[in-house]
Amino acid sequence: MTYNKPLPAENVETKPFWDACRQGKLTLQRCTNCGHHRFPPTYFCSKCNSAEHEWIESKGLGRVFSWIVVRHPVPRDVYAADVPYVVALIALDEGVRIPSNIVGIEPEKVTAGMRVRVTFRQVTPEITLPLFEPVPEQQ
Amino acid sequence: MYSLRDKYAIAGIGYTDFSKKSGRTVRSLASEACLKAIDDSGLKVADIDGFVSFNFNDSVPAISVATEIGVPAARYANDFLSGGNAANMIVLTAAAVIEAGLAETVLCYRAMNGRSGFRLGGGRDLSAHGITQFTAPFGWITYPQAMAMWCRRHMIEYGTTADQLGELAVTFRSNAVNNTRAMQRDPITMDDYRNSRMIVDPFRMLDICLETDGACAVLVTSAERARDLKRKPVYISGGAYGGGPNQGEDLFDAIRWPDQSHNYAKYIADDLWRSAGMGPSDIDIAQIYDCFTYSVIMQLEGLGFCKEGEGGPFVQGGRITRDGALPLNTHGGLLSEGYIHGLNHVIEAVQQLRGDAGPRQIADVETCLTTAGAMTCGSAMVLRN
Repeated sequence: MTYNKPLPAENVETKPFWDACRQGKLTLQRCTNCGHHRFPPTYFCSKCNSAEHEWIESKGLGRVFSWIVVRHPVPRDVYAADVPYVVALIALDEGVRIPSNIVGIEPEKVTAGMRVRVTFRQVTPEITLPLFEPVPEQQ
Repeated sequence: MYSLRDKYAIAGIGYTDFSKKSGRTVRSLASEACLKAIDDSGLKVADIDGFVSFNFNDSVPAISVATEIGVPAARYANDFLSGGNAANMIVLTAAAVIEAGLAETVLCYRAMNGRSGFRLGGGRDLSAHGITQFTAPFGWITYPQAMAMWCRRHMIEYGTTADQLGELAVTFRSNAVNNTRAMQRDPITMDDYRNSRMIVDPFRMLDICLETDGACAVLVTSAERARDLKRKPVYISGGAYGGGPNQGEDLFDAIRWPDQSHNYAKYIADDLWRSAGMGPSDIDIAQIYDCFTYSVIMQLEGLGFCKEGEGGPFVQGGRITRDGALPLNTHGGLLSEGYIHGLNHVIEAVQQLRGDAGPRQIADVETCLTTAGAMTCGSAMVLRN
């Protein structure tokens, strides 16, 4: 069956992120001038305005900062089979937030501050999405 | 800071029917609201020389309205590409434009077939370009889904409850009962709210405003001139537009916003109150931007009507009802009157300040706050009679 959900349209700034996802790595930009981590990708650092940066691999660990449970599918034909599903803002240990889905847990059991780790799901030959799943608190 | 306290006024208002299916072009809705605002003021089409509007790629530019109604020489036209955050900013811009001498009589409008045409709440571009590539692929697509994420933050931080959201939905509906413009006029109870279908937890159907076809327009001119016109002037005492750091790459994006448990309101509060020479305790009634129930709570806190985190309890116990200390959204709000992207709040403010609100009229209204916007940026005004 053809994958009919929105697919990220990478651009020159975001291509390294999606390339790394395809290799099972969650990466972030790190400003080589001031050390600030940033996500989503940008050309300039919002702290020091330097364009110099490197891509670093995130440990992929973080906490649920906020979340929603989508129960009414929009568009219906695209998400009818997926509801209920969880979208969360995850605060990564590196100090940035990233939107994603929480998988591997019943939606009703998601809690604030829950410890999560990245897990990758290949949805097309070109695109792999970084999702998150609960892990024990000590990780 | 806005430095034109009471120097400019709203001298006319106009609006179309609000419906689910206008069967009309957006241009004709805009023109109808503008013609009615001109007529309400006692001026003529030929007196109009400026326009400020906003749209979400779902409306018509001012020149098309000027063309349809036959404005002989528009000297200023500004079509903001914006969300509801602009609904008060366009009025402030009109005052600034007149102060600068670019025009003398400015129409501000918002027109949309928001239900039968482009539906803001229903979904967005699924192509996931730009910043959307980090949201839509995870099924995070609609504005109710966006705002629910904010609401959850407030619940996490402050223990805000579903019943506190419900209090807003029930109160605003009770105000709409006496409003012939309102899309939803049947009273609802707290049980109706609790039983309302969960759309995107924590939001139920009754937490979400009503997509609407329609248009609103307000006519702005100098206070001096307004005093010689047909209607009692409503003075623009103060206003502000803005937000904090990291307002995002579009109106949906708040990935880098400091914390979704507060919104733009706290960042504009000082400018707003200083510009008006007033504070929250000087406000008789308020029309607070309620695209969703929760957005009202953040704005009440941010503008200083209560402390941060206390917005939930603040809206309980009758304080915000028409008989309470601070009546809110006396027309029913975007939740029950309809969603003309916030400009309908300004219409209601003007009617209340003129004493023209009929069965909805709140006694002795001298000041009314209006706000516009829910997330990282927004605008607000203090209006008085």
